[in-house]
Amino acid sequence: MAMLKQAVEADTRAATQTHKKLSRDRLEEIVVGYLFLLPDVLGLLVFVVGPMLFAFYVSLNKWDGFTTAEFIGVKNYAVLLRDQRFVDSLLRTVKYTLGFVPTAYVLSLTLALLLNRKAWGSTFFRTSYFMPVAISLVVASIVWRFMFAPSYGFLNFVLQTFGLPKSQWLGSVQTAMFSILIVTIWKSAGYFMIILLAGIQDIPREYFEAAIIDSAGPWALFRYIIMPLLKPTSFFVIAILTINSLQAFDQIYVLTRGGPAYSTYTLLMYIYEQAFRFWRFGHAAAMSFVLFGIILILTLIQLHYFRAGEAD
Amino acid sequence: MRNRALHIAGNTLYYFALIVIALIFIFPFVWMVSSAFKPVDEIFRYPPVLISQNPSLEHFIEVFQVVPFARYMWNSFFVSTTVTLVALLLHAMAGYALARLRFPGRKVIFIGILSTLMIPFYTIMIPLVLLVKALGWIDTYWALIVPAIPHAFGIFWLRQFFLGVPRELEDAARIDGASRIGVFFHIALPLARPILAALAVFFFLANWDAFLWPLIATSSQKMRVVQVGIQSFAGEQGSAWNLIMAASTVAILPTLILFFSLQRFIVRSVKMSGLKG
Repeated sequence: MAMLKQAVEADTRAATQTHKKLSRDRLEEIVVGYLFLLPDVLGLLVFVVGPMLFAFYVSLNKWDGFTTAEFIGVKNYAVLLRDQRFVDSLLRTVKYTLGFVPTAYVLSLTLALLLNRKAWGSTFFRTSYFMPVAISLVVASIVWRFMFAPSYGFLNFVLQTFGLPKSQWLGSVQTAMFSILIVTIWKSAGYFMIILLAGIQDIPREYFEAAIIDSAGPWALFRYIIMPLLKPTSFFVIAILTINSLQAFDQIYVLTRGGPAYSTYTLLMYIYEQAFRFWRFGHAAAMSFVLFGIILILTLIQLHYFRAGEAD
Repeated sequence: MRNRALHIAGNTLYYFALIVIALIFIFPFVWMVSSAFKPVDEIFRYPPVLISQNPSLEHFIEVFQVVPFARYMWNSFFVSTTVTLVALLLHAMAGYALARLRFPGRKVIFIGILSTLMIPFYTIMIPLVLLVKALGWIDTYWALIVPAIPHAFGIFWLRQFFLGVPRELEDAARIDGASRIGVFFHIALPLARPILAALAVFFFLANWDAFLWPLIATSSQKMRVVQVGIQSFAGEQGSAWNLIMAASTVAILPTLILFFSLQRFIVRSVKMSGLKG
Protein backbone atom coordinates (compact mmCIF):
# COMPACT_ATOMS: atom_id res chain seq x y z
CA MET A 1 0.00 0.00 0.00
CA ALA A 2 2.78 2.41 0.90
CA MET A 3 4.61 1.43 -2.23
CA LEU A 4 1.61 2.24 -4.35
CA LYS A 5 1.23 5.63 -2.70
CA GLN A 6 4.88 6.34 -3.34
CA ALA A 7 4.54 5.37 -6.95
CA VAL A 8 1.52 7.62 -7.45
CA GLU A 9 3.34 10.54 -5.86
CA ALA A 10 6.37 10.02 -8.07
CA ASP A 11 4.10 9.86 -11.06
CA THR A 12 2.35 13.13 -10.18
CA ARG A 13 5.68 14.85 -9.65
CA ALA A 14 6.90 13.68 -13.01
CA ALA A 15 3.67 14.85 -14.61
CA THR A 16 3.94 18.39 -13.23
CA GLN A 17 7.54 18.56 -14.37
CA THR A 18 6.67 17.43 -17.91
CA HIS A 19 3.81 19.88 -17.89
CA LYS A 20 6.15 22.75 -17.05
CA LYS A 21 8.58 21.64 -19.74
CA LEU A 22 5.74 21.14 -22.19
CA SER A 23 4.46 24.69 -21.81
CA ARG A 24 7.84 26.14 -22.75
CA ASP A 25 7.93 23.60 -25.54
CA ARG A 26 4.39 24.51 -26.58
CA LEU A 27 5.36 28.17 -26.79
CA GLU A 28 8.24 27.33 -29.09
CA GLU A 29 5.90 25.21 -31.20
CA ILE A 30 3.38 28.02 -31.56
CA VAL A 31 6.00 30.65 -32.35
CA VAL A 32 7.76 28.48 -34.92
CA GLY A 33 4.40 27.56 -36.45
CA TYR A 34 3.44 31.18 -37.06
CA LEU A 35 6.97 32.05 -38.13
CA PHE A 36 7.00 29.31 -40.77
CA LEU A 37 3.61 30.36 -42.11
CA LEU A 38 4.26 34.08 -42.08
CA PRO A 39 6.04 34.64 -45.44
CA ASP A 40 3.60 32.59 -47.51
CA VAL A 41 0.48 33.84 -45.76
CA LEU A 42 1.68 37.43 -46.07
CA GLY A 43 2.46 36.83 -49.76
CA LEU A 44 -0.98 35.36 -50.41
CA LEU A 45 -2.66 38.24 -48.60
CA VAL A 46 -0.72 40.94 -50.44
CA PHE A 47 -0.57 39.39 -53.92
CA VAL A 48 -3.75 37.31 -54.14
CA VAL A 49 -6.44 38.06 -51.53
CA GLY A 50 -5.86 41.82 -51.36
CA PRO A 51 -5.93 42.23 -55.15
CA MET A 52 -9.11 40.13 -55.30
CA LEU A 53 -10.89 42.47 -52.87
CA PHE A 54 -9.51 45.52 -54.62
CA ALA A 55 -10.60 44.13 -58.00
CA PHE A 56 -14.17 44.07 -56.72
CA TYR A 57 -13.87 47.68 -55.66
CA VAL A 58 -12.43 48.56 -59.09
CA SER A 59 -15.41 46.88 -60.74
CA LEU A 60 -17.69 49.39 -58.99
CA ASN A 61 -15.80 52.35 -60.44
CA LYS A 62 -15.27 54.09 -63.71
CA TRP A 63 -11.51 54.19 -63.82
CA ASP A 64 -8.57 54.23 -66.25
CA GLY A 65 -5.95 53.66 -63.55
CA PHE A 66 -4.48 57.16 -63.90
CA THR A 67 -7.15 59.78 -63.19
CA THR A 68 -9.39 59.78 -60.12
CA ALA A 69 -11.80 56.85 -59.96
CA GLU A 70 -15.49 57.65 -60.13
CA PHE A 71 -17.75 55.42 -58.02
CA ILE A 72 -20.68 54.25 -60.11
CA GLY A 73 -21.97 51.23 -58.16
CA VAL A 74 -23.12 48.23 -60.14
CA LYS A 75 -23.34 50.18 -63.40
CA ASN A 76 -20.36 48.31 -64.88
CA TYR A 77 -22.33 45.09 -64.39
CA ALA A 78 -25.64 46.48 -65.61
CA VAL A 79 -24.01 47.78 -68.77
CA LEU A 80 -22.78 44.28 -69.66
CA LEU A 81 -26.29 43.08 -70.49
CA ARG A 82 -26.46 45.62 -73.31
CA ASP A 83 -22.84 45.21 -74.34
CA GLN A 84 -23.18 43.17 -77.53
CA ARG A 85 -19.45 42.45 -77.70
CA PHE A 86 -19.55 41.05 -74.18
CA VAL A 87 -22.55 38.84 -74.89
CA ASP A 88 -20.99 37.65 -78.15
CA SER A 89 -17.60 36.88 -76.66
CA LEU A 90 -19.21 35.10 -73.71
CA LEU A 91 -21.32 32.91 -76.01
CA ARG A 92 -18.28 32.28 -78.21
CA THR A 93 -16.28 31.18 -75.17
CA VAL A 94 -19.06 28.86 -74.04
CA LYS A 95 -19.41 27.38 -77.53
CA TYR A 96 -15.67 26.81 -77.73
CA THR A 97 -15.74 25.12 -74.32
CA LEU A 98 -18.62 22.86 -75.35
CA GLY A 99 -16.58 21.77 -78.36
CA PHE A 100 -13.23 21.57 -76.63
CA VAL A 101 -13.97 19.74 -73.38
CA PRO A 102 -15.63 16.56 -74.78
CA THR A 103 -13.13 16.31 -77.64
CA ALA A 104 -10.12 16.76 -75.40
CA TYR A 105 -11.51 14.32 -72.81
CA VAL A 106 -12.33 11.57 -75.32
CA LEU A 107 -8.97 11.90 -77.07
CA SER A 108 -6.99 11.92 -73.81
CA LEU A 109 -8.93 8.89 -72.59
CA THR A 110 -8.32 7.10 -75.90
CA LEU A 111 -4.59 7.72 -75.56
CA ALA A 112 -4.64 6.48 -71.98
CA LEU A 113 -6.52 3.31 -72.95
CA LEU A 114 -4.17 2.65 -75.86
CA LEU A 115 -1.16 2.86 -73.56
CA ASN A 116 -2.75 0.90 -70.73
CA ARG A 117 -1.19 -2.43 -71.71
CA LYS A 118 2.26 -3.81 -71.87
CA ALA A 119 3.20 -3.07 -75.44
CA TRP A 120 6.46 -3.01 -77.28
CA GLY A 121 7.85 0.55 -77.20
CA SER A 122 5.16 1.88 -74.88
CA THR A 123 7.67 4.18 -73.16
CA PHE A 124 8.52 5.72 -76.50
CA PHE A 125 4.86 6.27 -77.39
CA ARG A 126 4.04 7.70 -73.99
CA THR A 127 6.97 10.10 -74.21
CA SER A 128 6.03 11.30 -77.68
CA TYR A 129 2.38 11.95 -76.76
CA PHE A 130 3.54 13.76 -73.66
CA MET A 131 6.24 15.84 -75.36
CA PRO A 132 4.09 18.89 -76.27
CA VAL A 133 3.41 19.33 -72.54
CA ALA A 134 7.07 20.29 -72.15
CA ILE A 135 6.85 23.36 -74.39
CA SER A 136 4.98 26.60 -73.87
CA LEU A 137 1.61 27.34 -75.39
CA VAL A 138 3.19 30.41 -77.00
CA VAL A 139 5.83 28.45 -78.92
CA ALA A 140 3.37 25.66 -79.76
CA SER A 141 1.05 28.29 -81.25
CA ILE A 142 3.85 29.90 -83.27
CA VAL A 143 4.91 26.57 -84.79
CA TRP A 144 1.32 25.66 -85.63
CA ARG A 145 0.69 29.09 -87.16
CA PHE A 146 3.45 28.26 -89.60
CA MET A 147 1.88 24.88 -90.37
CA PHE A 148 -1.53 26.53 -90.85
CA ALA A 149 -0.25 28.91 -93.58
CA PRO A 150 -2.78 28.53 -96.43
CA SER A 151 -0.48 28.70 -99.46
CA TYR A 152 2.70 26.95 -98.30
CA GLY A 153 1.72 25.44 -94.93
CA PHE A 154 2.28 21.79 -94.19
CA LEU A 155 -1.31 21.03 -93.20
CA ASN A 156 -2.74 21.98 -96.57
CA PHE A 157 -0.10 19.78 -98.16
CA VAL A 158 -1.41 16.88 -96.05
CA LEU A 159 -5.01 17.68 -97.02
CA GLN A 160 -4.11 17.76 -100.71
CA THR A 161 -2.17 14.51 -100.44
CA PHE A 162 -5.42 12.88 -99.32
CA GLY A 163 -7.30 14.57 -102.16
CA LEU A 164 -9.05 17.08 -99.91
CA PRO A 165 -9.42 20.79 -100.69
CA LYS A 166 -7.10 23.30 -99.02
CA SER A 167 -8.38 25.11 -95.93
CA GLN A 168 -7.94 28.73 -94.85
CA TRP A 169 -7.42 27.54 -91.25
CA LEU A 170 -6.79 30.66 -89.11
CA GLY A 171 -7.73 32.94 -91.98
CA SER A 172 -11.41 32.10 -92.17
CA VAL A 173 -14.29 32.87 -89.82
CA GLN A 174 -15.53 29.30 -90.24
CA THR A 175 -12.32 27.46 -89.35
CA ALA A 176 -10.29 29.78 -87.08
CA MET A 177 -11.80 28.59 -83.80
CA PHE A 178 -11.45 24.96 -84.88
CA SER A 179 -7.76 25.57 -85.66
CA ILE A 180 -7.25 26.99 -82.15
CA LEU A 181 -8.94 23.90 -80.75
CA ILE A 182 -6.52 21.63 -82.65
CA VAL A 183 -3.48 23.42 -81.26
CA THR A 184 -4.83 23.39 -77.71
CA ILE A 185 -5.65 19.69 -77.82
CA TRP A 186 -2.28 18.83 -79.38
CA LYS A 187 -0.58 20.74 -76.59
CA SER A 188 -2.56 19.35 -73.65
CA ALA A 189 -3.84 15.84 -74.52
CA GLY A 190 -0.64 14.19 -73.20
CA TYR A 191 -1.04 15.90 -69.84
CA PHE A 192 -4.56 14.60 -69.28
CA MET A 193 -3.57 11.23 -70.73
CA ILE A 194 -1.03 10.84 -67.89
CA ILE A 195 -3.63 11.73 -65.26
CA LEU A 196 -6.22 9.33 -66.72
CA LEU A 197 -3.62 6.59 -67.16
CA ALA A 198 -2.66 6.95 -63.50
CA GLY A 199 -6.35 6.73 -62.62
CA ILE A 200 -6.82 3.56 -64.66
CA GLN A 201 -3.74 1.96 -63.17
CA ASP A 202 -5.00 2.76 -59.67
CA ILE A 203 -7.97 0.46 -60.24
CA PRO A 204 -7.29 -2.72 -58.20
CA ARG A 205 -6.27 -5.61 -60.45
CA GLU A 206 -8.73 -7.97 -58.75
CA TYR A 207 -11.62 -6.26 -60.49
CA PHE A 208 -10.14 -7.01 -63.89
CA GLU A 209 -9.18 -10.55 -62.92
CA ALA A 210 -12.67 -11.29 -61.62
CA ALA A 211 -14.23 -9.86 -64.76
CA ILE A 212 -11.96 -11.87 -67.01
CA ILE A 213 -12.90 -15.06 -65.15
CA ASP A 214 -16.50 -14.11 -65.93
CA SER A 215 -15.26 -13.98 -69.56
CA ALA A 216 -15.86 -10.25 -69.97
CA GLY A 217 -14.61 -8.80 -73.26
CA PRO A 218 -12.62 -5.57 -73.64
CA TRP A 219 -15.79 -3.54 -74.13
CA ALA A 220 -17.38 -4.94 -70.96
CA LEU A 221 -14.16 -4.20 -69.04
CA PHE A 222 -14.25 -0.64 -70.30
CA ARG A 223 -17.95 -0.10 -69.75
CA TYR A 224 -18.44 -1.81 -66.39
CA ILE A 225 -15.06 -1.53 -64.69
CA ILE A 226 -12.88 1.24 -66.09
CA MET A 227 -15.53 3.90 -66.65
CA PRO A 228 -17.31 3.65 -63.26
CA LEU A 229 -14.09 3.37 -61.26
CA LEU A 230 -12.43 6.14 -63.24
CA LYS A 231 -15.30 8.51 -62.43
CA PRO A 232 -13.45 10.66 -59.85
CA THR A 233 -10.45 11.11 -62.16
CA SER A 234 -12.75 11.83 -65.09
CA PHE A 235 -14.59 14.50 -63.15
CA PHE A 236 -11.33 16.08 -62.14
CA VAL A 237 -10.04 16.10 -65.73
CA ILE A 238 -13.30 17.51 -67.09
CA ALA A 239 -13.31 20.23 -64.42
CA ILE A 240 -9.76 21.32 -65.26
CA LEU A 241 -10.46 21.18 -69.00
CA THR A 242 -13.53 23.37 -68.51
CA ILE A 243 -11.68 25.93 -66.42
CA ASN A 244 -8.74 26.04 -68.84
CA SER A 245 -10.97 26.42 -71.83
CA LEU A 246 -13.12 29.20 -70.34
CA GLN A 247 -9.94 31.19 -69.69
CA ALA A 248 -8.03 30.39 -72.88
CA PHE A 249 -5.70 33.26 -73.75
CA ASP A 250 -2.07 32.59 -74.78
CA GLN A 251 -2.87 30.55 -77.89
CA ILE A 252 -5.54 33.00 -79.06
CA TYR A 253 -3.28 36.00 -78.50
CA VAL A 254 -0.54 34.38 -80.59
CA LEU A 255 -2.65 32.73 -83.28
CA THR A 256 -5.36 35.25 -84.13
CA ARG A 257 -5.63 38.10 -81.58
CA GLY A 258 -9.32 37.34 -81.66
CA GLY A 259 -9.74 37.66 -85.43
CA PRO A 260 -10.68 37.26 -88.20
CA ALA A 261 -13.74 39.48 -87.77
CA TYR A 262 -13.86 38.71 -84.00
CA SER A 263 -14.53 35.02 -84.75
CA THR A 264 -12.07 33.90 -82.02
CA TYR A 265 -12.56 36.86 -79.69
CA THR A 266 -13.06 35.09 -76.35
CA LEU A 267 -14.09 36.64 -73.06
CA LEU A 268 -10.58 36.75 -71.62
CA MET A 269 -9.32 38.39 -74.81
CA TYR A 270 -12.00 41.04 -74.37
CA ILE A 271 -11.13 41.52 -70.68
CA TYR A 272 -7.44 41.85 -71.54
CA GLU A 273 -8.02 44.41 -74.27
CA GLN A 274 -10.48 46.46 -72.24
CA ALA A 275 -7.99 46.58 -69.36
CA PHE A 276 -4.65 47.01 -71.04
CA ARG A 277 -5.41 48.47 -74.46
CA PHE A 278 -8.34 50.77 -73.67
CA TRP A 279 -7.64 51.22 -69.95
CA ARG A 280 -11.24 50.63 -68.94
CA PHE A 281 -10.37 49.01 -65.64
CA GLY A 282 -13.87 49.09 -64.13
CA HIS A 283 -15.46 47.48 -67.17
CA ALA A 284 -12.74 44.80 -67.38
CA ALA A 285 -12.90 44.05 -63.65
CA ALA A 286 -16.67 43.64 -63.77
CA MET A 287 -16.36 41.19 -66.67
CA SER A 288 -13.66 39.26 -64.85
CA PHE A 289 -16.04 38.78 -61.91
CA VAL A 290 -18.75 37.52 -64.24
CA LEU A 291 -16.29 34.98 -65.70
CA PHE A 292 -15.18 34.07 -62.18
CA GLY A 293 -18.81 33.58 -61.16
CA ILE A 294 -19.48 31.30 -64.13
CA ILE A 295 -16.42 29.18 -63.40
CA LEU A 296 -17.29 29.04 -59.70
CA ILE A 297 -20.84 27.85 -60.41
CA LEU A 298 -19.64 25.23 -62.89
CA THR A 299 -17.02 24.00 -60.41
CA LEU A 300 -19.62 23.73 -57.66
CA ILE A 301 -21.96 21.79 -59.96
CA GLN A 302 -19.15 19.46 -60.95
CA LEU A 303 -18.12 19.05 -57.33
CA HIS A 304 -21.71 18.14 -56.49
CA TYR A 305 -21.79 15.45 -59.18
CA PHE A 306 -18.34 14.33 -58.16
CA ARG A 307 -19.53 13.81 -54.59
CA ALA A 308 -22.66 12.05 -55.87
CA GLY A 309 -20.43 9.81 -58.01
CA GLU A 310 -18.27 8.94 -55.03
CA ALA A 311 -21.29 8.01 -52.91
CA ASP A 312 -22.35 5.31 -55.39
CA MET B 1 -6.09 -20.47 -87.00
CA ARG B 2 -8.73 -17.83 -87.49
CA ASN B 3 -8.21 -16.53 -83.98
CA ARG B 4 -4.49 -16.22 -84.59
CA ALA B 5 -5.02 -14.26 -87.79
CA LEU B 6 -7.44 -11.98 -85.98
CA HIS B 7 -4.93 -11.48 -83.21
CA ILE B 8 -2.19 -10.49 -85.68
CA ALA B 9 -4.54 -8.15 -87.55
CA GLY B 10 -5.59 -6.55 -84.26
CA ASN B 11 -2.00 -6.07 -83.17
CA THR B 12 -1.01 -4.57 -86.52
CA LEU B 13 -3.90 -2.12 -86.31
CA TYR B 14 -2.97 -1.28 -82.71
CA TYR B 15 0.65 -0.46 -83.54
CA PHE B 16 -0.38 1.38 -86.69
CA ALA B 17 -2.61 3.63 -84.55
CA LEU B 18 0.14 4.17 -81.97
CA ILE B 19 2.62 5.16 -84.68
CA VAL B 20 0.27 7.50 -86.54
CA ILE B 21 -0.61 9.29 -83.29
CA ALA B 22 3.07 9.53 -82.36
CA LEU B 23 3.74 11.14 -85.76
CA ILE B 24 1.04 13.74 -85.14
CA PHE B 25 2.57 14.64 -81.79
CA ILE B 26 6.19 14.63 -82.91
CA PHE B 27 5.91 16.09 -86.39
CA PRO B 28 5.51 19.79 -85.43
CA PHE B 29 8.83 19.51 -83.56
CA VAL B 30 10.53 17.96 -86.58
CA TRP B 31 9.03 20.58 -88.85
CA MET B 32 10.15 23.39 -86.56
CA VAL B 33 13.76 22.19 -86.42
CA SER B 34 14.00 21.33 -90.12
CA SER B 35 12.53 24.69 -91.15
CA ALA B 36 15.01 26.53 -88.97
CA PHE B 37 17.79 25.24 -91.24
CA LYS B 38 16.09 26.16 -94.51
CA PRO B 39 16.95 29.07 -96.80
CA VAL B 40 14.01 31.40 -97.55
CA ASP B 41 13.09 29.94 -100.92
CA GLU B 42 12.65 26.48 -99.41
CA ILE B 43 10.33 27.86 -96.73
CA PHE B 44 7.83 28.94 -99.33
CA ARG B 45 8.21 26.00 -101.67
CA TYR B 46 5.12 23.94 -102.37
CA PRO B 47 4.91 21.00 -102.01
CA PRO B 48 7.04 21.54 -98.89
CA VAL B 49 10.57 20.18 -98.51
CA LEU B 50 11.09 18.07 -95.43
CA ILE B 51 14.89 18.12 -95.29
CA SER B 52 16.71 21.17 -96.58
CA GLN B 53 19.08 20.76 -99.51
CA ASN B 54 21.18 23.71 -98.32
CA PRO B 55 20.94 23.52 -94.54
CA SER B 56 22.63 26.32 -92.65
CA LEU B 57 23.06 27.35 -89.05
CA GLU B 58 23.01 31.05 -89.87
CA HIS B 59 19.42 31.64 -88.73
CA PHE B 60 20.30 30.52 -85.25
CA ILE B 61 23.12 33.09 -85.18
CA GLU B 62 20.90 35.75 -86.74
CA VAL B 63 18.27 35.33 -84.02
CA PHE B 64 20.83 36.34 -81.41
CA GLN B 65 21.95 39.31 -83.52
CA VAL B 66 18.55 40.74 -84.48
CA VAL B 67 17.10 40.73 -80.95
CA PRO B 68 18.72 40.29 -77.51
CA PHE B 69 17.59 36.69 -77.44
CA ALA B 70 20.31 35.63 -75.00
CA ARG B 71 18.99 38.28 -72.63
CA TYR B 72 15.43 36.91 -72.99
CA MET B 73 16.74 33.45 -72.14
CA TRP B 74 18.63 34.75 -69.14
CA ASN B 75 15.60 36.69 -67.89
CA SER B 76 13.42 33.58 -68.08
CA PHE B 77 16.09 31.44 -66.47
CA PHE B 78 16.78 33.87 -63.66
CA VAL B 79 13.11 34.49 -62.90
CA SER B 80 12.07 30.82 -63.06
CA THR B 81 14.98 29.62 -60.94
CA THR B 82 14.55 32.29 -58.27
CA VAL B 83 10.80 31.77 -58.01
CA THR B 84 11.27 28.00 -57.80
CA LEU B 85 13.92 28.07 -55.07
CA VAL B 86 12.24 30.68 -52.88
CA ALA B 87 8.80 29.14 -53.35
CA LEU B 88 10.03 25.66 -52.44
CA LEU B 89 11.57 26.90 -49.20
CA LEU B 90 8.57 29.01 -48.16
CA HIS B 91 6.02 26.36 -49.14
CA ALA B 92 7.98 23.64 -47.33
CA MET B 93 8.03 25.80 -44.19
CA ALA B 94 4.32 26.54 -44.44
CA GLY B 95 3.43 22.95 -45.30
CA TYR B 96 5.52 21.66 -42.40
CA ALA B 97 3.89 24.07 -39.96
CA LEU B 98 0.43 23.01 -41.12
CA ALA B 99 1.25 19.31 -40.93
CA ARG B 100 3.38 19.03 -37.80
CA LEU B 101 3.08 22.02 -35.50
CA ARG B 102 0.04 22.75 -33.37
CA PHE B 103 -0.97 26.36 -32.87
CA PRO B 104 -4.26 28.26 -32.55
CA GLY B 105 -6.03 28.88 -35.85
CA ARG B 106 -4.13 26.24 -37.79
CA LYS B 107 -7.21 24.78 -39.44
CA VAL B 108 -8.66 28.16 -40.36
CA ILE B 109 -5.36 29.26 -41.87
CA PHE B 110 -5.14 26.04 -43.88
CA ILE B 111 -8.67 26.44 -45.26
CA GLY B 112 -7.92 30.10 -46.02
CA ILE B 113 -4.78 29.14 -47.95
CA LEU B 114 -6.64 26.43 -49.88
CA SER B 115 -9.48 28.75 -50.83
CA THR B 116 -7.06 31.12 -52.60
CA LEU B 117 -6.72 28.36 -55.23
CA MET B 118 -10.13 29.43 -56.50
CA ILE B 119 -9.00 32.97 -57.30
CA PRO B 120 -8.19 33.11 -61.01
CA PHE B 121 -5.30 35.19 -62.28
CA TYR B 122 -7.35 37.31 -64.67
CA THR B 123 -9.49 38.68 -61.81
CA ILE B 124 -6.49 39.97 -59.91
CA MET B 125 -4.34 41.12 -62.83
CA ILE B 126 -5.56 44.75 -62.79
CA PRO B 127 -4.95 45.34 -59.05
CA LEU B 128 -1.68 43.45 -59.35
CA VAL B 129 -0.46 45.86 -62.02
CA LEU B 130 -1.51 48.83 -59.88
CA LEU B 131 0.22 47.33 -56.83
CA VAL B 132 3.40 46.58 -58.72
CA LYS B 133 3.32 50.09 -60.14
CA ALA B 134 2.85 51.61 -56.67
CA LEU B 135 5.85 49.64 -55.46
CA GLY B 136 7.90 50.99 -58.39
CA TRP B 137 8.44 47.47 -59.70
CA ILE B 138 7.04 47.82 -63.22
CA ASP B 139 9.54 46.54 -65.77
CA THR B 140 11.84 45.02 -63.11
CA TYR B 141 12.69 41.50 -61.98
CA TRP B 142 10.79 42.19 -58.75
CA ALA B 143 7.54 42.37 -60.69
CA LEU B 144 8.25 39.07 -62.42
CA ILE B 145 9.47 37.22 -59.33
CA VAL B 146 7.67 38.29 -56.15
CA PRO B 147 3.99 37.95 -57.17
CA ALA B 148 4.75 34.52 -58.67
CA ILE B 149 5.97 33.02 -55.40
CA PRO B 150 2.92 32.71 -53.11
CA HIS B 151 0.82 29.80 -54.33
CA ALA B 152 -1.42 27.43 -52.38
CA PHE B 153 -0.71 24.44 -54.63
CA GLY B 154 2.82 23.87 -53.35
CA ILE B 155 1.84 24.48 -49.72
CA PHE B 156 -0.96 21.95 -50.03
CA TRP B 157 1.22 19.20 -51.49
CA LEU B 158 4.03 19.68 -49.02
CA ARG B 159 1.53 19.55 -46.16
CA GLN B 160 0.13 16.30 -47.54
CA PHE B 161 3.66 14.93 -47.85
CA PHE B 162 4.68 15.79 -44.29
CA LEU B 163 1.43 14.29 -42.95
CA GLY B 164 2.41 11.01 -44.58
CA VAL B 165 5.97 10.88 -43.18
CA PRO B 166 6.39 8.91 -39.94
CA ARG B 167 7.39 11.23 -37.09
CA GLU B 168 9.88 8.86 -35.39
CA LEU B 169 12.98 10.47 -36.89
CA GLU B 170 11.86 13.94 -35.90
CA ASP B 171 10.88 12.80 -32.39
CA ALA B 172 14.26 11.14 -31.95
CA ALA B 173 16.04 14.34 -32.96
CA ARG B 174 13.84 16.35 -30.57
CA ILE B 175 14.74 14.02 -27.70
CA ASP B 176 18.40 14.55 -28.62
CA GLY B 177 17.75 18.24 -27.99
CA ALA B 178 17.31 19.62 -31.51
CA SER B 179 15.11 22.69 -31.87
CA ARG B 180 12.04 22.61 -34.10
CA ILE B 181 13.72 24.81 -36.67
CA GLY B 182 16.74 22.51 -36.61
CA VAL B 183 14.52 19.44 -37.05
CA PHE B 184 12.84 21.07 -40.03
CA PHE B 185 16.07 21.95 -41.81
CA HIS B 186 18.10 18.86 -40.93
CA ILE B 187 15.50 16.09 -40.91
CA ALA B 188 12.20 17.05 -42.53
CA LEU B 189 13.53 19.02 -45.50
CA PRO B 190 15.99 16.31 -46.63
CA LEU B 191 13.21 13.71 -46.31
CA ALA B 192 11.05 15.78 -48.65
CA ARG B 193 13.62 15.66 -51.45
CA PRO B 194 11.54 13.57 -53.90
CA ILE B 195 8.47 15.76 -53.65
CA LEU B 196 10.59 18.92 -53.72
CA ALA B 197 12.17 17.70 -56.96
CA ALA B 198 8.79 17.01 -58.54
CA LEU B 199 7.47 20.42 -57.45
CA ALA B 200 10.68 22.12 -58.63
CA VAL B 201 10.21 20.82 -62.16
CA PHE B 202 6.57 21.84 -62.06
CA PHE B 203 7.31 25.37 -60.79
CA PHE B 204 10.18 25.89 -63.19
CA LEU B 205 8.16 24.87 -66.24
CA ALA B 206 5.12 26.89 -65.16
CA ASN B 207 7.25 30.01 -64.73
CA TRP B 208 9.28 29.46 -67.88
CA ASP B 209 6.02 29.15 -69.83
CA ALA B 210 4.25 32.09 -68.19
CA PHE B 211 3.10 34.63 -70.73
CA LEU B 212 0.24 36.92 -69.68
CA TRP B 213 1.80 38.35 -66.50
CA PRO B 214 5.23 39.11 -68.03
CA LEU B 215 3.39 40.63 -71.01
CA ILE B 216 1.60 43.05 -68.70
CA ALA B 217 4.32 43.65 -66.11
CA THR B 218 7.22 44.50 -68.43
CA SER B 219 7.55 47.03 -71.21
CA SER B 220 11.20 47.39 -72.25
CA GLN B 221 12.90 44.98 -74.61
CA LYS B 222 15.64 44.09 -72.16
CA MET B 223 13.14 42.90 -69.54
CA ARG B 224 11.31 40.54 -71.88
CA VAL B 225 11.18 36.89 -70.93
CA VAL B 226 11.45 34.24 -73.64
CA GLN B 227 7.71 33.81 -74.17
CA VAL B 228 7.07 37.53 -74.60
CA GLY B 229 10.27 37.97 -76.61
CA ILE B 230 9.52 35.22 -79.07
CA GLN B 231 5.92 36.32 -79.46
CA SER B 232 6.92 39.85 -80.43
CA PHE B 233 9.80 38.52 -82.52
CA ALA B 234 7.36 36.35 -84.47
CA GLY B 235 5.15 39.40 -84.94
CA GLU B 236 8.01 41.59 -86.19
CA GLN B 237 9.50 39.02 -88.54
CA GLY B 238 6.23 38.44 -90.40
CA SER B 239 6.90 35.42 -92.58
CA ALA B 240 10.64 34.98 -92.00
CA TRP B 241 9.67 31.55 -90.76
CA ASN B 242 13.18 30.11 -90.83
CA LEU B 243 14.25 32.79 -88.32
CA ILE B 244 11.11 32.33 -86.24
CA MET B 245 11.53 28.55 -86.18
CA ALA B 246 15.19 28.92 -85.19
CA ALA B 247 14.13 31.19 -82.32
CA SER B 248 11.39 28.70 -81.32
CA THR B 249 13.91 25.86 -81.28
CA VAL B 250 16.22 27.84 -79.02
CA ALA B 251 13.31 28.88 -76.79
CA ILE B 252 12.15 25.33 -76.08
CA LEU B 253 15.60 23.76 -75.80
CA PRO B 254 15.94 24.26 -72.01
CA THR B 255 12.52 22.84 -71.27
CA LEU B 256 13.04 19.91 -73.63
CA ILE B 257 16.37 19.08 -71.98
CA LEU B 258 14.62 19.28 -68.62
CA PHE B 259 11.83 17.13 -69.99
CA PHE B 260 14.05 14.33 -71.23
CA SER B 261 16.39 14.26 -68.26
CA LEU B 262 13.70 14.56 -65.57
CA GLN B 263 10.74 12.89 -67.24
CA ARG B 264 10.19 10.67 -64.21
CA PHE B 265 9.69 13.72 -61.99
CA ILE B 266 7.49 15.47 -64.51
CA VAL B 267 5.20 12.48 -64.83
CA ARG B 268 5.06 12.28 -61.05
CA SER B 269 4.19 15.96 -60.71
CA VAL B 270 1.43 15.61 -63.31
CA LYS B 271 0.01 12.59 -61.54
CA MET B 272 0.18 14.58 -58.31
CA SER B 273 -1.88 17.37 -59.79
CA GLY B 274 -4.44 14.73 -60.73
CA LEU B 275 -4.82 13.20 -57.32
CA LYS B 276 -7.92 14.31 -55.59
CA GLY B 277 -6.73 15.72 -52.22
